[in-house]
Amino acid sequence: MSSNPMHLPRVYGLLAEFERPEELVEAARRAREAGYRRMDAYTPFPIHGLSDALGFGRTKLPLVVLAGGLIGCATALGMQWFSTTIHYPINVGGRPLASWPSFIPITFELTVLFAAVFAVLGMLGMNGLPMPYHPVFNAPRFAFASRDRFFLCIEAKDPLFNERSIRAFFESVGAREVVEVEE
Amino acid sequence: MNGETDVAAPHALERFQRPALFLGAGALAVCAIGAFFAPAQFFRSYLSAYLFWTGIALGCMAVAMLNHVTGGAWGLPIRRPLESATRTLPLMLLLFLPILFGARKIYEWADPARVAQDPVLRHKSLYLNVPFFSIRALLYFGAWLGFAYFLNRWSREQDATGGRAISRRLQLLSSAGLVAYGLTVTFASIDWAMSLEPHWFSTMYGVLFIAGQGLSAFAFIVVVLVLLSDRAPFAGYVGPRHYHDLGKLMLAFVMFWAYVSFSQYLIIWAGNLPEEIPWYLRRLQGGWGWIGLAILLFHFVLPFLMLLPASANRNPRVLGAVAGLVVFMQLVNVFWMTQPAFAGGRLRIHWMDLLAPIGVGGVWFGAFLWQLGRRPLLPLNDPEMQQAAVHGAH
Repeated sequence: MSSNPMHLPRVYGLLAEFERPEELVEAARRAREAGYRRMDAYTPFPIHGLSDALGFGRTKLPLVVLAGGLIGCATALGMQWFSTTIHYPINVGGRPLASWPSFIPITFELTVLFAAVFAVLGMLGMNGLPMPYHPVFNAPRFAFASRDRFFLCIEAKDPLFNERSIRAFFESVGAREVVEVEE
Repeated sequence: MNGETDVAAPHALERFQRPALFLGAGALAVCAIGAFFAPAQFFRSYLSAYLFWTGIALGCMAVAMLNHVTGGAWGLPIRRPLESATRTLPLMLLLFLPILFGARKIYEWADPARVAQDPVLRHKSLYLNVPFFSIRALLYFGAWLGFAYFLNRWSREQDATGGRAISRRLQLLSSAGLVAYGLTVTFASIDWAMSLEPHWFSTMYGVLFIAGQGLSAFAFIVVVLVLLSDRAPFAGYVGPRHYHDLGKLMLAFVMFWAYVSFSQYLIIWAGNLPEEIPWYLRRLQGGWGWIGLAILLFHFVLPFLMLLPASANRNPRVLGAVAGLVVFMQLVNVFWMTQPAFAGGRLRIHWMDLLAPIGVGGVWFGAFLWQLGRRPLLPLNDPEMQQAAVHGAH
């Protein structure tokens, strides 16, 4: 890559187009077997088994949500305890100032609220959405990814990236067309 | 999945069926001897055991109907066990007879001497009297047996023909059935359990019973499924995804039960009214509070935390262990909700309190296994079956 002259755009990856979802899943599975790791698939609808074929691991999102829940729980308990015992203590029906049964509904609500907010923001933070520009948009036929075609892109960042061998690989698994995607 | 798949019940079922029946019958026989020496205690212990096991049978019917209404691959591997549990309801009608005979020993409103001295009970006697109590019980059982009969009959029809129209019919039946279930179980819980303390009332009580029945039935079926999971026909069919679904649903049931239980407590605690609060005082003082704490920890906190991670849900052993704990804790919960009515403010556990659940449970479980063995264990001709098998594999 270092020999790449300045005026030539850099290559983002190779994009293969498939006509049927099963072909795409099979190609992704074979690509993974061949050792490729930096790749992604683009489809008009969710396809069963595709994320397994691509080798998507488990995300860390559940931990983020758990952290959100715990923070919400602690915030609610702390806030109510502080306001009822220190900031504004009132005797209600002779009950102790810190009466935990009355804290539970708000604790529950804030736990759910924080967990949900962390889930949404964590999801956006981890997958990088919203993403107004992506190099694969440069591929001329990529608009079909939202209609009836299925795309698999092996990125140049992959350690095994080699245009000629990937092109041969894509053709061997029945790609309809293979194009180079510019950065 | 093809037509050749062996879906017959494994012989293991038969191996447990007889011991369960003998154990149950033996325990009931010992309790019957105990009844000569302490008749009141016998009927009271029997009531708790009966409510718990009937709750599982009824909860299974509700879960089966819920799955017919909503659909979902989670319901297919457990449909036959659920239906087998609904076919034990005629037995539960038979086992209700001791409660009718012992009503005077169990319920203070059934004792004319007590009613004569108590203006509130006199006032309530229009509803709370033994003949009307019996008629209502018959009505509840009429509804339950009717819905259970058609659920099982049409499901068998579908096994033979595989018709899609039958799924639709089952869905309509179940929609009506769930409404009927909600009403009958609410009234049955008022009649059979809430009226133990006839001065006290709670509008949450019926929902509390429904949540408890749904949870314990669901957990019971998960235990059965996990125990059968390494045998045909479940071994090749039930996958991690099925367990994950069941685990998530069980978590939802645990949270629903806890939500309802706490709602009743919060309202009564906040109101702090002399006619409402004694119910909780009786259950939190004199040693009963320890049982209440155990219920909080092992009926909610521990199952909730254990069912949170997806990895635990997908592991049948962990899931089965949590489900077993929940079933046991629901037994403790029923005991805690009913027995303080008789205890006079102090925690005491009679030997019949321990033996009666084994007696009723052994007989019930034997009947359940007998029914489970009589039909194929998977509804292979359900139109959704193919999809459900693919779903479970991931």
